[in-house]
Amino acid sequence: MSTDAVDKDKRRFLTLATSVVGAVGAGFVAVPFLASWMPSERAKNAGAPVEVDISKMVEGQLVTVEWQSKPVWILKRSKETLDNLPKNDDRLRDPHSENTNQQPPYAQNEDRSRKPEISVLVGICTHLGCSPTYRPDIAPADLGDDWLGGFFCPCHSSRFDLAGRVFQGVPAPSNLVVPSHYYVTDTRILIGEDGGAA
Amino acid sequence: MGKNLLAWIDDRFPLTKLWNEHLAEYYAPKNFNFWYFFGSLALLVLVIQIISGIFLTMHYKPDAAEAFASVEYIMRDVPYGWLIRYIHSTGATAFFIVVYLHMLRGLMYGSYKKPRELIWLFGMFIYLALMAEAFMGYLLPWGQMSYWGAQVIISLFGAIPVVGDDLTLWIRGDFVISDATLNRFFALHVIAVPLVLVFLVVAHIIALHEVGSNNPDGVEIKKHKDPVTHIPLDGIPFHPYYTVKDIAGVVVFLFFFATIMFYFPDGGGYFLEHANFIASDPLKTPEHIAPVWYFTPFYAILRAVPDKLMGVGAMFAAIGLLFFMPWIDRCKVKSIRYRSGIYKANLAAFVVSFVVLGWAAMQPVNEVITMTSRVFSVIYFGFFIVLYITSKNEATKPVPDRVTQ
Repeated sequence: MSTDAVDKDKRRFLTLATSVVGAVGAGFVAVPFLASWMPSERAKNAGAPVEVDISKMVEGQLVTVEWQSKPVWILKRSKETLDNLPKNDDRLRDPHSENTNQQPPYAQNEDRSRKPEISVLVGICTHLGCSPTYRPDIAPADLGDDWLGGFFCPCHSSRFDLAGRVFQGVPAPSNLVVPSHYYVTDTRILIGEDGGAA
Repeated sequence: MGKNLLAWIDDRFPLTKLWNEHLAEYYAPKNFNFWYFFGSLALLVLVIQIISGIFLTMHYKPDAAEAFASVEYIMRDVPYGWLIRYIHSTGATAFFIVVYLHMLRGLMYGSYKKPRELIWLFGMFIYLALMAEAFMGYLLPWGQMSYWGAQVIISLFGAIPVVGDDLTLWIRGDFVISDATLNRFFALHVIAVPLVLVFLVVAHIIALHEVGSNNPDGVEIKKHKDPVTHIPLDGIPFHPYYTVKDIAGVVVFLFFFATIMFYFPDGGGYFLEHANFIASDPLKTPEHIAPVWYFTPFYAILRAVPDKLMGVGAMFAAIGLLFFMPWIDRCKVKSIRYRSGIYKANLAAFVVSFVVLGWAAMQPVNEVITMTSRVFSVIYFGFFIVLYITSKNEATKPVPDRVTQ
């Protein structure tokens, strides 16, 4: 053992340098563990497009299909329903679908659809992810006199009209998502692809 | 023989030293009352949960395809499986009852004040870990409420600007709640969080035994020690005095525990929600969704705010503010016994708002419920504001020098 006086500065420097190198190393080691929580390749590959036959749907009918484990609604809207949509505009957060994250360009229109009578929506509330309830009835007791039909979320009472547009004064910040979809034929919709028309 | 063995051990491990420091020669104030049962009861429930939990993992399958059925299997086919599961589910409710009463005790007697700030902080982290543990455990039966409850709570993180969406994706490990989510929640529920909890409980107790227990009078018993023995004059050894007292508490507690477990295991739908007896269905949210009772006050605050980010922020603030109690409350007097009428009224309003909010969150939403939630959310947060303003120059009563009986 050396009998020289301890060089405290050198000792402090070496301790600090070792600590920093160790911390950086620990940081690198954390990466694979944290990254392992991201969706696996299998999860990423799941969610193939879903084809839906709409030939038998009647006006006012809502069909729910599963796409990427999420509920997707297909709603056949009547002329009356479509006429009612603009009446809600004053009470909506985003009546003209200006938030482009919520629908593909071809659904950025008054009724948020490719064909006005058919609405395709992801049935997940943009607030905290519950699936809203379909409430087509006009002016029911629990939803008020000015309710012209729409979707009501049971979790935190967010309201959407029959084009999936969110009302003001509810917790949901944005309109329901319109998923990518296109008409394979007049009566068959493929959900999950744009059909090259995006 | 026994003495020699003990000496042999003590030469190698400080057994007698630990026993004395934490039990036989840990001097606690002699004036503990009813409210002082809940610390040791919380420890008891932790042990109950760990033991019953270990046995549940022996039959449970953390797999989205099998989880729901494996819980049914535990309930119907595993010998005494129903009992073990009901011990665990009743234990979850018991844990929160005991912890809420324990926290209220801390608020009443100022147990978070100098020099016990760290005890309070460790305790708050225990509460946080407990909420995480309960939330992740509730996903495991994979029923409708498991699924949609987790969907809502994980979506809360989506409200965080910029990183929110990626964060929820990272937590779920998939684009929706799925097998990946269930599997990791199982790992966290049975390994990671219990380890953290045990570590925090040890830290909580070490910090407590370092500074000594507070008491209903909020006076420091260490100020008056016997000049010869240096034992606090108002202190009595924890063992046997308080171990025996706590055993009496345990007997009464287990009486209630067994009553719930055997006769009301689902607590009328508040401890085990009815919708959770239906297997999870990602396409359909239950008509009426509410969290289990112990989360409801915070859920009501979330529901009261008509804005996503603000609502989530208010909910987390409702929990976060409690961490700062030692610095929000600037009054030097600890115990409610010697504090002003303003403080008493303020604390009473806080407790009432907590209970009313908890009730409101369980009701289906309508305008009356929303207004009620808003009013009582304001009262809840008002507690902290009023406390901060009034506690600086509070008109307190004279505090006795020694504990009273």
